[in-house]
Amino acid sequence: MEYVLIIISAVFVNNIVLSKFLGICPFIGVSAKVETSLGMAGAVTFVMTFATMVTYLVQTFILSRLGIGFMQTITFILIIAALVQLVEIILKKVSPSLYQALGIFLPLITTNCAVLGVALLAVQSEYNMIKSVVYAIATSIGFGLALIIFAGIREQLELVNVPAAMKGVPVAFITAGLLAMAFMGFAGMA
Amino acid sequence: MNQLQNFTKGFIRENPVLALFLGLCPTLGVTTSAINGIGMGLATTFVLVMSNISISLLKNLIPGNVRIPAFIVVIASFVTIVELTMQAFVPALFEALGLFIPLIVVNCIVLGRAEAFASKNDLFSSIIDGLGMGVGFTITLFILGSIREILGSGSIFDYKFIQGDGMLIFVLAPGAFIALGYLIVLMRKVNK
Amino acid sequence: MAKMESTIGNMILSLFGITFVASSALGAVYSLTKEPIAAAAIAKKNAAISEVIPEFNNTPSSEGYKIPVDGDTLYFYPGKLNGELVGTAVETFTKIGFSGTIKVMVGLLPDGTINDVTVLKHSETPGLGDKMEKKKSDWSLQFKGKNPQQFNLSVKKDGGDVDAITASTISSRAFCDAVTRAYNSYISASEIK
Repeated sequence: MEYVLIIISAVFVNNIVLSKFLGICPFIGVSAKVETSLGMAGAVTFVMTFATMVTYLVQTFILSRLGIGFMQTITFILIIAALVQLVEIILKKVSPSLYQALGIFLPLITTNCAVLGVALLAVQSEYNMIKSVVYAIATSIGFGLALIIFAGIREQLELVNVPAAMKGVPVAFITAGLLAMAFMGFAGMA
Repeated sequence: MNQLQNFTKGFIRENPVLALFLGLCPTLGVTTSAINGIGMGLATTFVLVMSNISISLLKNLIPGNVRIPAFIVVIASFVTIVELTMQAFVPALFEALGLFIPLIVVNCIVLGRAEAFASKNDLFSSIIDGLGMGVGFTITLFILGSIREILGSGSIFDYKFIQGDGMLIFVLAPGAFIALGYLIVLMRKVNK
Repeated sequence: MAKMESTIGNMILSLFGITFVASSALGAVYSLTKEPIAAAAIAKKNAAISEVIPEFNNTPSSEGYKIPVDGDTLYFYPGKLNGELVGTAVETFTKIGFSGTIKVMVGLLPDGTINDVTVLKHSETPGLGDKMEKKKSDWSLQFKGKNPQQFNLSVKKDGGDVDAITASTISSRAFCDAVTRAYNSYISASEIK
């Protein structure tokens, strides 16, 4: 039951992008098309889940045991950077077309605040391994959900008359604000 | 460009948030009040300047293929130093900024300037670049924080000037997006 | 000086060197800030304790004891004036807040009457649930001087005596839950003693 709560909370109530403000940069950069959004969401899910698993292990068995908690930021971000490199190498071999489609955004997953944010939050919430993994997967689903909804809306916005100064990023932000308002309706569910 | 241009480019023409769209996460996340905006801006500026200095000094000792991990270690170290110092000496601000302090390490502004400028320029220019970008960032956070605080809580720097609540939407998530959206429109008009 | 070549040896040396210097610097800063950080945390706790119990001249935080309750822990800090117990500050929690866990410091007089309460940590909605904070509204003052034996610690909607925060019944209920938990544990702890 607790797992259901974690999932509902991470996907809807405390959506990582629309409520916690993490993962905004790729959000603005990638969400112009639904296809790239899907690819990005998939890559982020993979990195986020494995990053959370590895950082949990490192935190529990190395950082806490040795009392060097202050090395948390450095070790976590290095783990994430290494994982992203790994994903790049694997993707190049396994699916070169997806690799091309994601382009610059793949290495940018390293600087995606959502990935580091989730790893830190899982540790702060004192989740065990299973809960951390569930939390990571659920958060990336929330990320993907926000991204895809947003991409759909932006594709439609391209066809509409928007005042020149507002074209592109500003109207995207205002749309995100309205979307965030909609997601606030989920509050109280979990 | 001369150093004055180098310093001021981060204010308007190349404002990291409103023109380059970098560092958006903390911009939205901590600007619920003017003080929080300034605090985050100053912390980030410190990291930015120190990392620019380090990377400009070390640029010839870092082989090209490992430069991103190397930059990350340098940046993460300064972020941790800021974390520990804030936790020790300004605990209230530390708690207000919360998760976003360690997240300075993935603030695209810091890594971005390291890659685009500090790794290719001399020490003094890198310092000025870091300072200029940092000040531009801080001013932006201050403006956004003030707008959200005035409209949302009816106060500025915790001094309330109305009874009760303001338009609460502005201290919540949606308001952040909307306020930032309009600020960008404003910046576009100014930059024309 | 030309840039270093990207040979395996150079890469490893460079990364290792940078990481070594970084870790040493961090270790140094950590040992320098360890004490101020601990001191700041204790100062915050002491401020909350002083806020909720009558005047004392001992050090409640060093005479604290803890009791496991409902899957977590409650911390009790006795305040004494010249050796006599004048009140106990109880660090309590509730998990049923609107946005998660809320931590409250409840000050109880020796007979269990609530002297004062203060919120330690919460994530409730600004303008609604956050009115439980003293600096946002006077809502929490209604608990002062009430003895839970006569004052029913649930919201009026649930048949109790507590005036809920307007439009924030869930936050108010959670707050009552935290205070009740503190009171019940205090009573059973003092009965055992």
